[in-house]
Amino acid sequence: MQTLIINGQSQQVDVAADMPLLWVLRDVLGLTGTKYGCGIAQCGVCTVHLDGQPIRSCVTPISAVVGRSITTIEAIGETAVGQAVQQAWLAHEVVQCGYCQSGQIMAATALLQSQPAPDDQAIDAAMAGNLCRCATYTRIRSAIHSVGQVEEA
Amino acid sequence: MKLISNLLLLASAALLVQAAYAQDDSLAKGEYLTRAANCVACHTVPGGEPFAGGVEFKLPFGSLFSPNITPDTKTGIGAWTDDEFVSAMQTGVGRDGKHYYPAFPYTAYSKMSRDDILAIKGYLASLEPVEQAQRENHISFPFNQRWGMVFWNLLFLDDERFQADSQHSEEWNRGKYLVEGPGHCGECHSPRNLFQAVSSDRSLAGNLLQGWNAYNISSDPVHGIGAWPTDVLAGYLKDGAAPGLGLSSGPMAEVVENSLRHLTDADRQAIAVFLKESAPRTEGVPRPQQVTLAEPGSGNALGNKLFAGACASCHRWDGTGSQSQTAMLLGLKTVNDPAASNLLGILLSGHGSADMPVDRLMPSFGTIYNDQELAALSSFMLQRFGDSGAQVSVPAVAKRRTESLH
Amino acid sequence: MKKPNETTVDMSRRRLLQGSGIALGGLVLSTWLPPLVSKSAAAEAAAAGRLGDRSGEGYGAFVRVGPDGVVTVISPKIEMGQGAQTGIAMMVAEELEVPLDQVVIQEAPPNSALYTDSLMQFQATGGSTSTRVTWEPLRRAGATARILLIQAAALQWRVAPSLCHAQNGQVFGPNGLQAAYGDLVEAAATLPLPDAVPLKTPEQFKLLGTPAQRLDTPAKVNGKARFTIDLQIPGMLVASSITCPVYGGRLLNVDDTAARRVPGVRDIVRLDNAVAVTASNFWACQQAIKALKIEWDLGPHAAIGSAQLDQELLAASSRDGVVAKRTGDIEQAKQQSASQFEAVYEQALLSHSPLEPMSCVAHVRKDACELWVGTQVPVFAQQTAAQVTGLPVEKIQVHNQLIGGAFGRRLEFDFITQAVAIARQVDYPIKLIWSREEDMTHDLYRPLYADRMQAALDEQGRPLGWEHRIAGASILARYVGSLPPNGVDSDAVEVAVDPIYSLPHLQVRYIRQEPSVVPVSWWRGVGPLRGTYALECFIDELAHNAKADPVAYRLELMAEQPRAQAVLRLLAEKCDWNQPLPAGQGRGVAVSAVFGSYVASLVELEMQGDLGVRIKRLVSVVDCGFATNPTSVKAQIEGGTLFGLSASLFNEILIENGQVQQTNFHNYRQLRISEAPAVEVHLMPSLEAPGGVGEAGTALIGPALVNALFAASGQRIRRLPLSRFGYYPV
Repeated sequence: MQTLIINGQSQQVDVAADMPLLWVLRDVLGLTGTKYGCGIAQCGVCTVHLDGQPIRSCVTPISAVVGRSITTIEAIGETAVGQAVQQAWLAHEVVQCGYCQSGQIMAATALLQSQPAPDDQAIDAAMAGNLCRCATYTRIRSAIHSVGQVEEA
Repeated sequence: MKLISNLLLLASAALLVQAAYAQDDSLAKGEYLTRAANCVACHTVPGGEPFAGGVEFKLPFGSLFSPNITPDTKTGIGAWTDDEFVSAMQTGVGRDGKHYYPAFPYTAYSKMSRDDILAIKGYLASLEPVEQAQRENHISFPFNQRWGMVFWNLLFLDDERFQADSQHSEEWNRGKYLVEGPGHCGECHSPRNLFQAVSSDRSLAGNLLQGWNAYNISSDPVHGIGAWPTDVLAGYLKDGAAPGLGLSSGPMAEVVENSLRHLTDADRQAIAVFLKESAPRTEGVPRPQQVTLAEPGSGNALGNKLFAGACASCHRWDGTGSQSQTAMLLGLKTVNDPAASNLLGILLSGHGSADMPVDRLMPSFGTIYNDQELAALSSFMLQRFGDSGAQVSVPAVAKRRTESLH
Repeated sequence: MKKPNETTVDMSRRRLLQGSGIALGGLVLSTWLPPLVSKSAAAEAAAAGRLGDRSGEGYGAFVRVGPDGVVTVISPKIEMGQGAQTGIAMMVAEELEVPLDQVVIQEAPPNSALYTDSLMQFQATGGSTSTRVTWEPLRRAGATARILLIQAAALQWRVAPSLCHAQNGQVFGPNGLQAAYGDLVEAAATLPLPDAVPLKTPEQFKLLGTPAQRLDTPAKVNGKARFTIDLQIPGMLVASSITCPVYGGRLLNVDDTAARRVPGVRDIVRLDNAVAVTASNFWACQQAIKALKIEWDLGPHAAIGSAQLDQELLAASSRDGVVAKRTGDIEQAKQQSASQFEAVYEQALLSHSPLEPMSCVAHVRKDACELWVGTQVPVFAQQTAAQVTGLPVEKIQVHNQLIGGAFGRRLEFDFITQAVAIARQVDYPIKLIWSREEDMTHDLYRPLYADRMQAALDEQGRPLGWEHRIAGASILARYVGSLPPNGVDSDAVEVAVDPIYSLPHLQVRYIRQEPSVVPVSWWRGVGPLRGTYALECFIDELAHNAKADPVAYRLELMAEQPRAQAVLRLLAEKCDWNQPLPAGQGRGVAVSAVFGSYVASLVELEMQGDLGVRIKRLVSVVDCGFATNPTSVKAQIEGGTLFGLSASLFNEILIENGQVQQTNFHNYRQLRISEAPAVEVHLMPSLEAPGGVGEAGTALIGPALVNALFAASGQRIRRLPLSRFGYYPV
């Protein structure tokens, strides 16, 4: 039995210690907002927050996160920045197929939580690990800037 | 008195060895020693039949191919007598009086007792025979004259069994035996002289082979493993990872995979104890300072960009690792080696095996990033996480590509 | 009352309702349109008779107004991120006078009789047709419903319908009379259909042409949207498979002793060319797959490599093949010419690699089969399930799902076939998920092409005669079973047979050359991607050969294409085309008239060293006719351009020993945000019928990029991707 703190709630799971967090979230706890894309931390669709930091859940063994605070896309809207990011995503019509956007929003929220008004370079640095095959990059950038400007004002 | 205590030591070392096996079973002992001696590594081609040989060794004077050591009577060692096998292991002289080249680490195996060697033979004999003929060596003159090895052996082969040193603990002696005998650590980690022999006054001081830097593992705290806590070092030998100190890659990862992780905790601890007390050597790549570095954004925009895209997901901008500490780059010699030998090696070839935990896997990036990109990326990493300030050149990447990656 | 070729109901409503599978009740309207002229390649599919289509019956889509006032559109077009369903909802809402948020989209079930696409002639989402084929019938459906609702209100109030109007989901009459749609539907459903259904003119649009918010996106920003890979069905287990690494190989033996010991594993399922594992979770499946000891019969392709495929294709491009088009007299043009110019353009195998890997939920019972899967071809999904299970087609239910990227991949159903084959061997529902590695190595790839082009030029370097040989695999033949009797693959010769340039002496030849070692399929941009690349590179080379300005040279040759000229002129203006650039910098353009839209694109770049390429500007000018949702149009051009840029810079599937060498994103590189320049899109105002925009951007970026590279460096690259020649983005 491992105890995980997911979206503020304590959850018990009984899985192998090396099972990646991604599959615990999706297949054990039914939190399917976090996606599978590559399994080797190269696409970013599995991004969640671990103690507020963005991590790739596909390469994170469950043993590394026991007792630590995990936030997923399902609850990121409960934070002020997360909600602002979600609204910016809609206002800028960022989304196309939408499959990668959970991860994009988690990465963008982490960025904006640590840097309220990131410049293009900071956006590149924080978001380059998140692939989008629909290539919505232009809009992702504008949406992040728009949140940044609100925060700045 | 001294003699008696030596004998006692030897006896207890033997007891230690036996304790390592689940039962007093010479087959199990043979298997254990075969693992400890990592025979499989040199006698198995990737994807090939274990122990059937054929691995190429690129030496300055040509190429050697390892022989088949399965019990096949035609192409393997099935027809070998005990004496022939012991002779090969202890003196480097094979069945037909043929001298081996010291790519075969008989100078180390020479320290093993006849019993230990025959246990290995017994284990190998228990395997399925594989018929696979020896590949021809390509050695240039004069090195193709095997008789020349007689003189080489006179100079560099001690042909002596391991003798315990009563000045030291049993554990230390066990460690020394494993390091210098079956483990043959110095074969990679000690510099070689002009004659391709391990230089004794620089033992464990580090060595470059096939593009990989087998780092200084002497007790020096800056250049070697002196700063590693003993149990952390023992843990590294088991997992191949010691966050902030060392992450095995390339050939060392294979040694952990094929050999060290199969040893007992006590044996790994013994190796660590011995290494921690080995003669300090102040040469090779120093460990970098562990400092948190400024945010990225320096002049190397290309390296910066590539690190952000392919690397920061696991290793993080500050090099502290993200998923788990095994992705930590800070403190590793790999990011402090101005030649970037191992950094390029792992970028080019990646790292991982089927049963390795997900947070240990490293994808290879050799096919999607060209030499300019890898030079920029590795320069960025050296400058960001290390102290050398080195710049990796494009030709250096091109050269590293041509070297064997395993 | 009914005129042929008019939008009317030609079956009883009840029958339609039964056919559509939606709940009875409320007012339900359906629309029918005659088949439009078929142009697209997929039209051949119906002609070949393999699809079970009844293309003559035209196209159907249902609009339902319920007693609660909610408007449901049964959409034959699925949502893959292109915004098609929002566009469809806008068409209905516009004419029906309801707010957009009152419209609900339902995925259409497979039914060729009802949902055949009039351009592609089978029920599918693709070919940039979604807006084009729904534009007329969906608006008419909305208008018809509005007229009936007004009539119902007028009857109730005993006033003339002309005194009433509809707005915001209600009918308003004289003296403050008003009634909600929901209260009128029962009465409206009994009324005869109107004789004439006038549609709004674009000037009257309130919603269409505005950047309305997409309907599908709110659930995609909070994790609530469910893609196939996310579905949970009671009793379901996860399945994953490993398929023989060489196409055409077979399973000989598998030792699953170790795999069965992995906790959570239920069954090991053997298929002809694959082994599947079912388990409580995907991770357990993967662990078990790693533990399998499998012996494959690699089959006949195990020695084939990319070098061989390239050589064979290049050789094929010199052969004559079959004539796809011949106008004028090419031989005479050659004799009259002052010089000749030849070039060969090669294009690589490409993987689709949508971020949602192939996945499909399947439940096979004795008497029925149910599928939950995001597919561009629900009818094919149904047919393959029927074939695998031996059940009749009507016993196969397909629930179409949101799609996490397709780019053509989900026009194929190989993974659905495999899911059903696994599901029929177990007695519970399974959710098949391919690992990324399986997805990438068992794709159906964009084919290799070699275009050999020869121009006979006059004294000024303008083309007199034009000969174009296209060598490549036929996707169409594989997709529908055979080529038409003339042996021409209409997809493979697109653009070449209908260039935007006036070429009076034109000969196009098609040489079919199959790389049997991998299957090939539709990839975003399809025929026009291949064709635009070859044409726009070659015309650029001819312009430089003539020492002419590449824009002026093109404009002169496209005198008969005013819309193409207009987009190119505006592009030149927006990009300061006539302002010279410093050495080491260059601009390149490309123009196309494909998928019913006219687009011109420009790349401006700067060389850093010999091989570093810094893209400074990406600009597109688009005339797609009336833009139903300008935001979606821009988003499609932006995304399509960068999707194509990724492939043009980096992507190439290579084969060694019959096996695909690229396995995941560490060796099949994708453009990242740090490498993605901003894409400027300028829309030309237009009231013409809408054109498709999902693929045009992808088709133009390749040629614009290599043309810019030439302008900046003097190096002419005739084969993509650029990384093959050492170029890299900086």
